Amino acid sequence: MGGTDGADGAGGPQPVIELGDVHKTYGMDGTAVHALRGVSLTVPTGDYVAIMGASGSGKSTMMNIVGCLDVPTSGRYLLDGIEVEHLSDRQLALVRNRKIGFVFQSFNLLPRTSALDNVELPLVYAGVGTAERRRRAKAALELVGLGERLSHKPNELSGGQQQRVAVARALVTAPSLILADEPTGNLDSTSSADVMALFDRLHRAGRTIVLITHEHDIAEHAERAIRLMDGRIVSDERNGARGWLTDRRSAGKHESAGKHESAAKHGSLT
Amino acid sequence: MRIREVFRFAFAGLRANKLRSALTTLGILIGVGAVILLVAVGKGSGAQVQANINKLGTNLLTVSRQAGGFGQRAARNTGTQSSVSALTTADAQALVDPTNAPDVLTSSPVVTASPTATFSGATHQIAQLVGTVPAYFSATNWDLAEGSLITDDDVTGARKVIVIGQTVATDLFGTTMDPVGQRLQINSVPYTVEGVLKAKGSTGLNDADDFAVAPLTTVQDSLTGFGSLNQIVVEAKSASATTAAQDEITSILSARHHLKATASPDFRVLNQQSLLATSDSTTHTFTVLLGAVAAISLVVGGIGITNIMLVTVTERTREIGIRKALGAPRAAILGQFLIEAVLLSLIGGALGVAAGLIGTRFTVAGVKPVIVPASIALAFAVSALIGLFFGSFPANRAAKLHPIQALRHE
Ligand SMILES: Nc1ncnc2c1ncn2[C@@H]1O[C@H](COP(=O)(O)OP(=O)(O)OP(=O)(O)O)[C@@H](O)[C@H]1O
Ligand SMILES: [Mg+2]
Repeated sequence: MGGTDGADGAGGPQPVIELGDVHKTYGMDGTAVHALRGVSLTVPTGDYVAIMGASGSGKSTMMNIVGCLDVPTSGRYLLDGIEVEHLSDRQLALVRNRKIGFVFQSFNLLPRTSALDNVELPLVYAGVGTAERRRRAKAALELVGLGERLSHKPNELSGGQQQRVAVARALVTAPSLILADEPTGNLDSTSSADVMALFDRLHRAGRTIVLITHEHDIAEHAERAIRLMDGRIVSDERNGARGWLTDRRSAGKHESAGKHESAAKHGSLT
Repeated sequence: MRIREVFRFAFAGLRANKLRSALTTLGILIGVGAVILLVAVGKGSGAQVQANINKLGTNLLTVSRQAGGFGQRAARNTGTQSSVSALTTADAQALVDPTNAPDVLTSSPVVTASPTATFSGATHQIAQLVGTVPAYFSATNWDLAEGSLITDDDVTGARKVIVIGQTVATDLFGTTMDPVGQRLQINSVPYTVEGVLKAKGSTGLNDADDFAVAPLTTVQDSLTGFGSLNQIVVEAKSASATTAAQDEITSILSARHHLKATASPDFRVLNQQSLLATSDSTTHTFTVLLGAVAAISLVVGGIGITNIMLVTVTERTREIGIRKALGAPRAAILGQFLIEAVLLSLIGGALGVAAGLIGTRFTVAGVKPVIVPASIALAFAVSALIGLFFGSFPANRAAKLHPIQALRHE
């Protein structure tokens, strides 16, 4: 198992993400930038993928396409088996709301809006009633350890706390796919560890996670690492396999797995 | 996604920029307030003109001498004006004729003078002293405040009695003394004050109460002589009968003055009703013009909304991106910004209605404004529509933003 082909790795009947020869070109003929030059990728349900690569290699471009925030210039994208290209504007909004939780490097919380209201926002667009919404947003914030800071505005929170609010917002709708573009890029090592612990728990709860990172020790949390270079995938490795990032860490991870799993069951992730 | 939530977001958006929202609202406030106030002023001035005409009597027709085309030439040829165009007491009496003039109720011959009145050292120049018969009072809507009116006996006996208006009364007798029964001098001839008239107030520039009435014969005797009358005041049976009465007067007087059918008459019949109609259409034009000016300011206020909403949308592009990334459908974004715009204009409209109503409680340029309910409804509805119309462009722009472009916006 494993190796370079991650598609038939951890088996769900249907892959969450299926990219087929995706190209993305910015600009016109003369000044065209080829951000993606034929990316094919399959991510099965429950996978935990780290995307790495030099700056400008097309990581964010790929992530935005996967998150239905952008559309490929050519190629196929199936999300949960649905051809995204054929979705209407309304359906796309629905997909972004129900299936995907997005965490950004720059947090992207609504300014002048309390943590609770920020986390409630996707539920508002999902049409969840006030009381239910409040309950779920509170639970999500408690899960990320911010149960005491419900009414704080983003400018009253530290960067790490803001990112945890953003994670709470991403998971509050219980999406099948969580995407994170450099979620720890603006955080110190302690805050990074907090946020990554959250992702680990979500992974153990069965969510599919794709995150972009530049840092090896962040990527090590994942079970699979994909490298991009100049808009192409140059490597796709699975944890524990021959070319895995660092061998010493992978052994330790399995030891603490049981502990994490029980923690995840306490939180109302599912 | 419920509409209530969209409203909540819109309110929050307005609250986030209170000063800006307030200033934008001000534009609509001024526009709506101006529409209501100016239309009320236009209506008020119309009502004022109408009231002035009513004061003179709505069933009233006045016949006056006119040096018309033929009459003038004839007068020049003969050298005496009276032989052609004199209005006589007999003319006045001939107009009360149940068979030939069924629409005429009364007819009063009128001579006028502007003599000086004195009373124990106080002097007052009476703007208009009318010599006439008792029917004149009811025809011209004069009511008695105290004392008694001129009687037919006074006229036949050419008694030196006088009924005075409020201005004359206060000027000569002050506010404390009762003028009734006092004797005053008109051009050195003594008159007894029989009664005082109720005030009519000013009709435009003239003080209607600077006025006095004496018997026709007395005034002719001592002031004007027995030449032509200045006017014949005719009271028609009703306001709607004035046009018929006018025709009857014209035919009777034409016959009496031996005018040929083709000749232009040597008299003129003025009809208060037609005056009313003319003044109505004038004030209507006036009101429309005022309303139009105010409507322009309302449109300017609407453009202010577009302007501020465009700034808001640009400023909040990132917020729009975040909302879209979290699954806000286009309709929700459109609704949010549209509701913000409509709320701005509705709040402005409501405050404008309040401001307009307060403004109409004051006298503007000598006119007491009269509120036109339709103008309130219209201004308010238009302000809401303005919010919709002028807000839809920026709101649409926000709704159409591409999520990733919006998120990348600096
Ligand atoms: N909107 C755009 N218009 C034009 N070119 C763009 C646009 N967005 C990205 N690019 C280009 O596409 C390429 C890939 O960009 P992308 O943001 O995907 O890189 P990245 O791998 O996420 O880099 P980083 O690690 O620095 O975030 C870059 O060369 C970039 O200049
Ligand atoms: Mg990037």
